[in-house]
Amino acid sequence: MSWNRKHLLDIESLAPEEIITVLDTARAFKAVGERAIKKVPALRGKTVVNLFVEPSTRTRTSFELSEQRLSADIINFNTEASSLKKGETLKDTARNLEALNIDFIVIRHSASGAPHFLARVLHASVINAGDGAHEHPTQALLDMFTIREKKGRIEGLNVTILGDILYSRVARSDIWALTKLGAKVTLCGPSTLVPRVFEQMGCRVTHDVEEAIRDADIINLLRIQHERQRKSMFPSLGEYSSLFGLNKARLARTKPDALIMHPGPINRGVEIDSEIADCGRSVILEQVTNGLAVRMAVLFLVNGGKGPQEVAP
Amino acid sequence: MPESTLILNAPAIQRALTRIAHEIAERNEASSEVVVVGIQRGGVPLGRRLGALLTGIWGQPVPTGSLDVSMHRDDLDRRAAPNVQPTEIPFDVTGKTVVLVDDVLFSGRTIRAAMDALNDFGRPRRIQLAVLIDRGHRDLPIKADFVGKNVPTAHTERVRVRLTEMGGADEVVIEK
Repeated sequence: MSWNRKHLLDIESLAPEEIITVLDTARAFKAVGERAIKKVPALRGKTVVNLFVEPSTRTRTSFELSEQRLSADIINFNTEASSLKKGETLKDTARNLEALNIDFIVIRHSASGAPHFLARVLHASVINAGDGAHEHPTQALLDMFTIREKKGRIEGLNVTILGDILYSRVARSDIWALTKLGAKVTLCGPSTLVPRVFEQMGCRVTHDVEEAIRDADIINLLRIQHERQRKSMFPSLGEYSSLFGLNKARLARTKPDALIMHPGPINRGVEIDSEIADCGRSVILEQVTNGLAVRMAVLFLVNGGKGPQEVAP
Repeated sequence: MPESTLILNAPAIQRALTRIAHEIAERNEASSEVVVVGIQRGGVPLGRRLGALLTGIWGQPVPTGSLDVSMHRDDLDRRAAPNVQPTEIPFDVTGKTVVLVDDVLFSGRTIRAAMDALNDFGRPRRIQLAVLIDRGHRDLPIKADFVGKNVPTAHTERVRVRLTEMGGADEVVIEK
Protein backbone atom coordinates (compact mmCIF):
# COMPACT_ATOMS: atom_id res chain seq x y z
CA MET A 1 0.00 0.00 0.00
CA SER A 2 1.50 3.31 -0.97
CA TRP A 3 0.97 6.65 0.67
CA ASN A 4 -0.42 9.51 -1.39
CA ARG A 5 -1.20 12.21 1.15
CA LYS A 6 0.51 15.53 1.08
CA HIS A 7 -0.37 16.33 4.70
CA LEU A 8 -0.70 14.53 8.01
CA LEU A 9 -3.52 16.38 9.74
CA ASP A 10 -5.19 13.74 11.88
CA ILE A 11 -5.64 10.02 12.44
CA GLU A 12 -9.40 10.15 11.98
CA SER A 13 -9.20 10.42 8.19
CA LEU A 14 -6.53 7.71 7.73
CA ALA A 15 -7.34 4.21 6.53
CA PRO A 16 -5.94 1.34 8.63
CA GLU A 17 -3.60 0.44 5.73
CA GLU A 18 -2.18 3.96 5.74
CA ILE A 19 -1.40 3.70 9.45
CA ILE A 20 0.33 0.38 8.80
CA THR A 21 2.35 1.96 5.98
CA VAL A 22 3.66 4.59 8.40
CA LEU A 23 4.53 1.93 10.98
CA ASP A 24 6.33 -0.26 8.41
CA THR A 25 8.26 2.71 7.08
CA ALA A 26 9.17 3.80 10.60
CA ARG A 27 10.76 0.41 11.23
CA ALA A 28 13.34 1.13 8.53
CA PHE A 29 13.98 4.60 9.96
CA LYS A 30 14.45 3.19 13.45
CA ALA A 31 17.27 1.06 12.02
CA VAL A 32 18.86 4.22 10.59
CA GLY A 33 18.94 5.67 14.12
CA GLU A 34 20.95 2.67 15.29
CA ARG A 35 23.73 3.08 12.72
CA ALA A 36 27.02 4.88 13.21
CA ILE A 37 25.88 7.41 10.58
CA LYS A 38 22.32 8.31 11.55
CA LYS A 39 21.59 10.62 8.67
CA VAL A 40 20.10 9.94 5.23
CA PRO A 41 19.72 12.41 2.34
CA ALA A 42 16.00 11.86 1.75
CA LEU A 43 14.98 15.52 2.35
CA ARG A 44 18.18 17.14 1.13
CA GLY A 45 17.44 20.64 -0.14
CA LYS A 46 14.00 20.77 1.50
CA THR A 47 13.10 23.31 4.13
CA VAL A 48 10.95 22.60 7.16
CA VAL A 49 9.41 25.22 9.41
CA ASN A 50 8.64 24.16 12.95
CA LEU A 51 5.82 26.52 13.85
CA PHE A 52 5.15 25.91 17.53
CA VAL A 53 2.50 28.40 18.62
CA GLU A 54 2.20 26.61 21.96
CA PRO A 55 4.97 25.51 24.28
CA SER A 56 6.45 22.10 23.57
CA THR A 57 9.85 20.67 24.29
CA ARG A 58 9.80 17.00 23.51
CA THR A 59 7.65 17.04 20.39
CA ARG A 60 9.57 19.96 18.94
CA THR A 61 12.93 18.42 19.76
CA SER A 62 11.83 15.12 18.29
CA PHE A 63 10.66 16.76 15.05
CA GLU A 64 13.84 18.83 14.83
CA LEU A 65 16.10 15.83 15.17
CA SER A 66 13.98 13.83 12.71
CA GLU A 67 14.29 16.61 10.17
CA GLN A 68 18.03 16.87 10.69
CA ARG A 69 18.44 13.14 10.24
CA LEU A 70 16.63 13.43 6.92
CA SER A 71 19.05 16.22 5.88
CA ALA A 72 16.37 18.93 5.70
CA ASP A 73 17.05 22.59 6.45
CA ILE A 74 15.14 23.83 9.47
CA ILE A 75 13.59 27.06 10.64
CA ASN A 76 12.35 27.08 14.21
CA PHE A 77 9.58 29.56 14.68
CA ASN A 78 9.49 30.55 18.29
CA THR A 79 6.24 32.16 19.43
CA GLU A 80 7.95 34.10 22.18
CA ALA A 81 9.85 36.14 19.64
CA SER A 82 7.38 36.04 16.80
CA SER A 83 5.08 38.46 15.09
CA LEU A 84 2.12 36.43 16.28
CA LYS A 85 2.70 38.26 19.53
CA LYS A 86 2.42 41.51 17.60
CA GLY A 87 -1.00 40.60 16.28
CA GLU A 88 -0.19 38.99 12.94
CA THR A 89 -2.74 36.34 11.99
CA LEU A 90 -1.75 32.70 11.62
CA LYS A 91 -2.56 32.88 7.91
CA ASP A 92 -0.29 35.88 7.38
CA THR A 93 2.50 34.28 9.36
CA ALA A 94 2.21 31.10 7.36
CA ARG A 95 2.02 32.93 4.01
CA ASN A 96 5.09 34.92 4.90
CA LEU A 97 6.91 31.72 5.71
CA GLU A 98 5.76 30.21 2.44
CA ALA A 99 7.10 33.20 0.56
CA LEU A 100 10.49 31.85 1.62
CA ASN A 101 9.75 28.74 -0.48
CA ILE A 102 9.51 26.31 2.35
CA ASP A 103 8.36 22.75 1.76
CA PHE A 104 6.92 21.58 5.09
CA ILE A 105 5.25 23.21 8.08
CA VAL A 106 5.10 21.30 11.33
CA ILE A 107 2.52 23.09 13.45
CA ARG A 108 1.59 22.94 17.12
CA HIS A 109 -1.30 25.25 17.95
CA SER A 110 -3.76 25.72 20.81
CA ALA A 111 -6.68 26.03 18.38
CA SER A 112 -8.22 22.80 17.10
CA GLY A 113 -8.21 22.74 13.31
CA ALA A 114 -5.29 25.16 12.85
CA PRO A 115 -3.31 22.59 10.76
CA HIS A 116 -6.36 21.90 8.56
CA PHE A 117 -6.71 25.62 7.99
CA LEU A 118 -3.07 25.94 6.93
CA ALA A 119 -3.40 22.95 4.61
CA ARG A 120 -6.18 24.80 2.76
CA VAL A 121 -4.25 28.04 2.28
CA LEU A 122 -0.66 26.86 1.71
CA HIS A 123 1.20 24.91 -0.94
CA ALA A 124 3.53 23.39 1.64
CA SER A 125 2.93 20.02 3.29
CA VAL A 126 1.41 20.45 6.73
CA ILE A 127 2.07 18.11 9.64
CA ASN A 128 -0.02 18.39 12.78
CA ALA A 129 2.16 18.34 15.90
CA GLY A 130 -0.87 18.78 18.16
CA ASP A 131 -3.87 21.08 17.76
CA GLY A 132 -5.85 22.09 20.84
CA ALA A 133 -7.74 19.16 22.33
CA HIS A 134 -8.32 17.74 18.85
CA GLU A 135 -5.49 15.45 17.69
CA HIS A 136 -1.80 14.67 18.03
CA PRO A 137 -1.35 12.19 15.19
CA THR A 138 2.39 11.53 15.44
CA GLN A 139 2.01 10.67 19.13
CA ALA A 140 -0.66 8.10 18.29
CA LEU A 141 1.54 6.68 15.51
CA LEU A 142 4.51 6.29 17.84
CA ASP A 143 2.25 4.67 20.42
CA MET A 144 1.03 2.18 17.78
CA PHE A 145 4.61 1.56 16.68
CA THR A 146 5.67 0.85 20.28
CA ILE A 147 2.73 -1.46 20.96
CA ARG A 148 3.28 -3.36 17.72
CA GLU A 149 6.99 -3.69 18.36
CA LYS A 150 6.48 -4.95 21.91
CA LYS A 151 3.40 -7.11 21.43
CA GLY A 152 3.75 -8.07 17.78
CA ARG A 153 0.23 -6.94 17.01
CA ILE A 154 -2.44 -4.41 17.90
CA GLU A 155 -5.59 -6.23 16.84
CA GLY A 156 -7.41 -7.85 19.75
CA LEU A 157 -5.32 -6.23 22.50
CA ASN A 158 -7.01 -4.64 25.50
CA VAL A 159 -5.77 -1.09 25.77
CA THR A 160 -6.73 1.07 28.74
CA ILE A 161 -6.25 4.80 28.56
CA LEU A 162 -6.27 6.22 32.04
CA GLY A 163 -6.46 9.86 33.03
CA ASP A 164 -7.47 13.17 31.57
CA ILE A 165 -9.28 12.09 28.40
CA LEU A 166 -11.50 15.12 27.97
CA TYR A 167 -8.69 17.59 27.39
CA SER A 168 -6.35 15.16 25.67
CA ARG A 169 -5.56 15.28 21.97
CA VAL A 170 -3.32 12.28 22.54
CA ALA A 171 -6.33 10.29 23.77
CA ARG A 172 -8.39 11.22 20.72
CA SER A 173 -5.66 10.29 18.26
CA ASP A 174 -4.89 7.09 20.16
CA ILE A 175 -8.57 6.10 20.23
CA TRP A 176 -8.87 6.61 16.47
CA ALA A 177 -5.73 4.63 15.73
CA LEU A 178 -6.44 1.80 18.18
CA THR A 179 -10.03 1.27 17.08
CA LYS A 180 -9.05 1.39 13.39
CA LEU A 181 -6.43 -1.28 14.03
CA GLY A 182 -8.80 -3.52 15.98
CA ALA A 183 -7.80 -3.01 19.62
CA LYS A 184 -10.39 -2.96 22.39
CA VAL A 185 -10.16 0.41 24.08
CA THR A 186 -11.20 1.17 27.66
CA LEU A 187 -11.18 4.72 28.97
CA CYS A 188 -10.96 5.40 32.67
CA GLY A 189 -10.64 8.42 34.96
CA PRO A 190 -12.82 10.77 36.97
CA SER A 191 -16.28 11.09 35.43
CA THR A 192 -15.66 14.81 34.89
CA LEU A 193 -12.64 13.99 32.70
CA VAL A 194 -13.99 10.82 31.08
CA PRO A 195 -17.56 11.54 29.99
CA ARG A 196 -19.73 8.78 28.56
CA VAL A 197 -19.87 10.58 25.23
CA PHE A 198 -16.58 8.85 24.33
CA GLU A 199 -18.54 5.61 23.97
CA GLN A 200 -19.57 7.00 20.59
CA MET A 201 -15.95 6.60 19.43
CA GLY A 202 -16.23 2.85 20.00
CA CYS A 203 -14.68 2.73 23.48
CA ARG A 204 -15.75 1.32 26.78
CA VAL A 205 -15.94 3.95 29.53
CA THR A 206 -15.52 3.08 33.18
CA HIS A 207 -14.77 5.04 36.30
CA ASP A 208 -13.53 2.02 38.22
CA VAL A 209 -9.76 1.92 37.89
CA GLU A 210 -9.37 -1.62 39.26
CA GLU A 211 -11.72 -2.97 36.66
CA ALA A 212 -10.12 -0.89 33.91
CA ILE A 213 -6.60 -2.20 34.42
CA ARG A 214 -7.34 -5.84 35.36
CA ASP A 215 -7.42 -7.28 31.82
CA ALA A 216 -5.35 -4.63 30.11
CA ASP A 217 -2.42 -5.58 27.84
CA ILE A 218 -1.46 -1.93 27.60
CA ILE A 219 -2.03 0.80 30.19
CA ASN A 220 -1.55 4.21 28.66
CA LEU A 221 -1.41 6.89 31.33
CA LEU A 222 -2.19 10.44 30.38
CA ARG A 223 -0.86 13.47 32.11
CA ILE A 224 -3.22 15.54 34.20
CA GLN A 225 -3.14 18.80 32.30
CA HIS A 226 -3.45 21.42 34.98
CA GLU A 227 -2.88 24.17 32.45
CA ARG A 228 -5.71 23.15 30.14
CA GLN A 229 -8.38 22.95 32.82
CA ARG A 230 -10.53 26.01 33.09
CA LYS A 231 -12.22 24.86 36.26
CA SER A 232 -11.40 22.24 38.82
CA MET A 233 -12.45 18.84 37.51
CA PHE A 234 -11.42 16.91 40.62
CA PRO A 235 -10.76 17.97 44.21
CA SER A 236 -6.96 17.70 44.38
CA LEU A 237 -3.93 16.07 42.80
CA GLY A 238 -3.55 13.99 45.96
CA GLU A 239 -7.07 12.67 45.63
CA TYR A 240 -6.56 11.94 41.93
CA SER A 241 -3.41 10.03 42.77
CA SER A 242 -5.09 7.88 45.42
CA LEU A 243 -8.15 7.17 43.26
CA PHE A 244 -6.62 6.80 39.79
CA GLY A 245 -2.83 6.93 40.06
CA LEU A 246 -0.89 3.82 39.06
CA ASN A 247 0.91 2.62 42.18
CA LYS A 248 2.61 -0.61 43.18
CA ALA A 249 -0.51 -2.17 44.70
CA ARG A 250 -2.52 -1.53 41.55
CA LEU A 251 0.28 -2.68 39.27
CA ALA A 252 0.34 -6.00 41.15
CA ARG A 253 -3.26 -6.59 40.12
CA THR A 254 -2.58 -6.14 36.38
CA LYS A 255 -1.54 -8.83 33.90
CA PRO A 256 2.14 -9.65 34.46
CA ASP A 257 3.00 -8.67 30.90
CA ALA A 258 0.94 -5.49 30.75
CA LEU A 259 2.98 -2.57 29.42
CA ILE A 260 2.94 0.92 30.91
CA MET A 261 2.96 3.81 28.46
CA HIS A 262 2.90 7.56 28.95
CA PRO A 263 3.24 10.32 26.33
CA GLY A 264 5.14 12.53 28.79
CA PRO A 265 5.93 14.72 30.47
CA ILE A 266 5.12 12.56 33.48
CA ASN A 267 3.91 13.93 36.79
CA ARG A 268 5.68 11.58 39.18
CA GLY A 269 3.47 10.84 42.16
CA VAL A 270 0.29 12.00 40.41
CA GLU A 271 -0.77 9.69 37.58
CA ILE A 272 2.17 7.35 38.06
CA ASP A 273 4.34 6.35 41.02
CA SER A 274 7.98 7.17 40.54
CA GLU A 275 9.22 3.58 40.80
CA ILE A 276 6.71 2.36 38.23
CA ALA A 277 7.83 4.95 35.72
CA ASP A 278 11.30 3.45 35.97
CA CYS A 279 10.34 -0.23 36.12
CA GLY A 280 10.93 -2.84 33.43
CA ARG A 281 7.35 -2.80 32.22
CA SER A 282 7.46 0.89 31.48
CA VAL A 283 8.20 1.67 27.82
CA ILE A 284 8.08 5.43 28.28
CA LEU A 285 11.62 6.07 27.05
CA GLU A 286 11.23 3.66 24.15
CA GLN A 287 8.25 5.75 23.09
CA VAL A 288 10.61 8.72 22.86
CA THR A 289 13.09 6.76 20.70
CA ASN A 290 10.29 5.47 18.48
CA GLY A 291 8.91 9.00 18.13
CA LEU A 292 11.98 9.93 16.10
CA ALA A 293 11.56 7.00 13.72
CA VAL A 294 7.84 7.65 13.26
CA ARG A 295 8.34 11.36 12.57
CA MET A 296 11.08 10.59 10.04
CA ALA A 297 8.70 8.16 8.35
CA VAL A 298 5.88 10.74 8.24
CA LEU A 299 8.12 13.41 6.71
CA PHE A 300 9.47 10.90 4.21
CA LEU A 301 5.99 9.78 3.19
CA VAL A 302 4.33 13.20 2.84
CA ASN A 303 7.30 14.33 0.74
CA GLY A 304 6.13 11.98 -1.99
CA GLY A 305 2.43 12.72 -1.45
CA LYS A 306 0.52 14.69 -4.03
CA GLY A 307 -2.24 16.89 -2.71
CA PRO A 308 -4.42 19.45 -4.46
CA GLN A 309 -2.23 22.05 -6.11
CA GLU A 310 -4.96 24.69 -5.79
CA VAL A 311 -5.14 26.51 -2.50
CA ALA A 312 -7.84 28.76 -1.10
CA PRO A 313 -7.27 32.51 -1.46
CA MET B 1 -2.94 -7.83 -21.00
CA PRO B 2 0.64 -6.86 -21.93
CA GLU B 3 2.42 -9.06 -24.42
CA SER B 4 5.23 -10.87 -22.61
CA THR B 5 8.25 -12.80 -23.89
CA LEU B 6 10.24 -15.24 -21.78
CA ILE B 7 13.95 -14.46 -21.86
CA LEU B 8 15.27 -16.66 -19.05
CA ASN B 9 13.69 -19.75 -17.52
CA ALA B 10 14.62 -21.34 -14.19
CA PRO B 11 17.59 -23.45 -15.38
CA ALA B 12 18.93 -20.50 -17.39
CA ILE B 13 18.78 -18.26 -14.31
CA GLN B 14 20.60 -20.92 -12.32
CA ARG B 15 23.30 -21.28 -15.00
CA ALA B 16 23.76 -17.52 -15.19
CA LEU B 17 24.19 -17.24 -11.42
CA THR B 18 26.63 -20.14 -11.33
CA ARG B 19 28.72 -18.51 -14.06
CA ILE B 20 28.63 -15.14 -12.26
CA ALA B 21 29.72 -16.81 -9.02
CA HIS B 22 32.73 -18.36 -10.80
CA GLU B 23 33.57 -15.01 -12.39
CA ILE B 24 33.44 -13.34 -8.97
CA ALA B 25 35.71 -16.07 -7.58
CA GLU B 26 38.10 -15.67 -10.49
CA ARG B 27 38.25 -11.88 -10.12
CA ASN B 28 38.69 -11.93 -6.33
CA GLU B 29 41.43 -14.24 -5.16
CA ALA B 30 41.28 -13.02 -1.56
CA SER B 31 38.00 -14.74 -0.82
CA SER B 32 37.90 -13.68 2.82
CA GLU B 33 37.69 -10.05 1.69
CA VAL B 34 34.47 -10.48 -0.29
CA VAL B 35 30.98 -9.69 1.01
CA VAL B 36 27.72 -9.76 -0.97
CA VAL B 37 25.03 -7.09 -0.61
CA GLY B 38 21.72 -7.49 -2.45
CA ILE B 39 19.68 -4.41 -3.33
CA GLN B 40 16.01 -4.54 -2.27
CA ARG B 41 13.96 -6.14 -3.47
CA GLY B 42 14.96 -8.39 -6.40
CA GLY B 43 18.67 -8.18 -5.64
CA VAL B 44 18.27 -9.64 -2.16
CA PRO B 45 17.31 -13.22 -3.07
CA LEU B 46 19.82 -13.15 -5.93
CA GLY B 47 22.50 -11.95 -3.50
CA ARG B 48 21.66 -14.81 -1.14
CA ARG B 49 21.93 -17.33 -3.97
CA LEU B 50 25.27 -15.91 -5.10
CA GLY B 51 26.48 -15.91 -1.49
CA ALA B 52 25.58 -19.59 -1.20
CA LEU B 53 27.28 -20.44 -4.52
CA LEU B 54 30.44 -18.58 -3.48
CA THR B 55 30.41 -20.34 -0.13
CA GLY B 56 30.42 -23.62 -2.05
CA ILE B 57 33.24 -22.54 -4.38
CA TRP B 58 35.47 -21.14 -1.65
CA GLY B 59 34.53 -23.58 1.09
CA GLN B 60 34.02 -20.82 3.59
CA PRO B 61 30.97 -18.70 4.49
CA VAL B 62 30.52 -15.47 2.54
CA PRO B 63 28.74 -12.69 4.50
CA THR B 64 25.54 -11.62 2.78
CA GLY B 65 23.38 -8.58 3.48
CA SER B 66 20.54 -6.52 2.07
CA LEU B 67 20.41 -2.85 1.23
CA ASP B 68 17.39 -0.62 0.71
CA VAL B 69 18.14 2.50 -1.30
CA SER B 70 14.80 4.32 -0.91
CA MET B 71 16.20 7.02 1.36
CA HIS B 72 19.00 7.77 -1.11
CA ARG B 73 16.94 7.99 -4.30
CA ASP B 74 17.15 11.17 -6.37
CA ASP B 75 13.47 11.26 -7.34
CA LEU B 76 11.79 11.24 -3.92
CA ASP B 77 9.83 14.43 -4.57
CA ARG B 78 8.69 13.28 -8.02
CA ARG B 79 6.83 10.15 -7.02
CA ALA B 80 4.90 8.56 -4.19
CA ALA B 81 7.19 7.49 -1.38
CA PRO B 82 8.61 4.02 -2.08
CA ASN B 83 7.97 1.13 0.29
CA VAL B 84 11.04 1.00 2.44
CA GLN B 85 12.39 -2.52 2.94
CA PRO B 86 14.84 -3.58 5.64
CA THR B 87 18.55 -2.91 5.33
CA GLU B 88 20.56 -5.62 7.07
CA ILE B 89 24.32 -5.50 6.84
CA PRO B 90 25.43 -7.43 9.93
CA PHE B 91 29.15 -7.09 9.14
CA ASP B 92 31.68 -4.33 8.63
CA VAL B 93 32.14 -3.34 4.98
CA THR B 94 35.23 -1.23 5.61
CA GLY B 95 38.20 -2.59 3.71
CA LYS B 96 36.10 -5.28 1.99
CA THR B 97 35.24 -5.93 -1.61
CA VAL B 98 31.48 -5.45 -1.72
CA VAL B 99 29.67 -7.20 -4.54
CA LEU B 100 26.43 -5.29 -5.04
CA VAL B 101 23.71 -7.45 -6.57
CA ASP B 102 20.61 -6.28 -8.40
CA ASP B 103 18.12 -7.98 -10.67
CA VAL B 104 17.93 -5.47 -13.55
CA LEU B 105 20.41 -2.75 -14.49
CA PHE B 106 18.59 0.07 -16.31
CA SER B 107 19.23 3.80 -15.73
CA GLY B 108 21.95 3.16 -13.14
CA ARG B 109 20.27 5.47 -10.64
CA THR B 110 19.55 2.67 -8.18
CA ILE B 111 23.22 1.72 -8.24
CA ARG B 112 24.29 5.31 -7.60
CA ALA B 113 21.88 5.42 -4.64
CA ALA B 114 23.19 2.07 -3.42
CA MET B 115 26.79 3.27 -3.49
CA ASP B 116 25.76 6.35 -1.50
CA ALA B 117 23.83 4.25 0.99
CA LEU B 118 26.71 1.82 1.36
CA ASN B 119 28.99 4.70 2.32
CA ASP B 120 26.94 5.18 5.49
CA PHE B 121 28.07 1.76 6.64
CA GLY B 122 31.78 2.17 6.08
CA ARG B 123 34.43 2.55 3.39
CA PRO B 124 34.68 -0.52 1.20
CA ARG B 125 38.03 -1.30 -0.41
CA ARG B 126 36.19 -1.66 -3.71
CA ILE B 127 32.65 -2.14 -4.99
CA GLN B 128 31.75 -4.51 -7.81
CA LEU B 129 28.36 -4.86 -9.46
CA ALA B 130 26.60 -8.08 -10.42
CA VAL B 131 23.24 -8.01 -12.23
CA LEU B 132 21.09 -10.74 -13.67
CA ILE B 133 19.87 -8.59 -16.58
CA ASP B 134 21.49 -5.56 -18.21
CA ARG B 135 18.82 -3.93 -20.36
CA GLY B 136 20.79 -0.84 -21.42
CA HIS B 137 19.54 2.79 -21.42
CA ARG B 138 21.98 4.10 -18.81
CA ASP B 139 21.51 7.67 -17.51
CA LEU B 140 24.74 7.57 -15.50
CA PRO B 141 28.30 6.36 -16.16
CA ILE B 142 27.78 3.01 -14.43
CA LYS B 143 28.75 -0.42 -15.74
CA ALA B 144 28.23 -3.91 -14.34
CA ASP B 145 31.24 -6.13 -13.60
CA PHE B 146 29.20 -9.35 -13.88
CA VAL B 147 26.15 -9.75 -16.11
CA GLY B 148 23.82 -12.73 -16.37
CA LYS B 149 22.37 -11.68 -19.72
CA ASN B 150 22.47 -8.57 -21.86
CA VAL B 151 18.99 -7.87 -23.17
CA PRO B 152 18.46 -5.08 -25.70
CA THR B 153 15.13 -3.40 -24.88
CA ALA B 154 12.98 -0.50 -25.92
CA HIS B 155 12.69 2.21 -23.31
CA THR B 156 8.99 1.56 -22.89
CA GLU B 157 9.30 -2.18 -22.31
CA ARG B 158 9.37 -3.66 -18.81
CA VAL B 159 11.69 -6.39 -17.65
CA ARG B 160 10.25 -8.51 -14.86
CA VAL B 161 12.40 -10.81 -12.80
CA ARG B 162 10.31 -13.30 -10.86
CA LEU B 163 11.96 -15.43 -8.20
CA THR B 164 10.67 -18.26 -6.06
CA GLU B 165 11.70 -16.42 -2.89
CA MET B 166 9.24 -13.64 -3.76
CA GLY B 167 6.42 -16.00 -4.72
CA GLY B 168 6.07 -17.57 -8.15
CA ALA B 169 8.49 -19.39 -10.40
CA ASP B 170 11.99 -18.39 -11.46
CA GLU B 171 11.70 -16.55 -14.76
CA VAL B 172 12.58 -13.35 -16.54
CA VAL B 173 10.13 -11.87 -19.02
CA ILE B 174 9.88 -8.74 -21.12
CA GLU B 175 6.52 -7.02 -21.29
CA LYS B 176 5.72 -4.72 -24.18
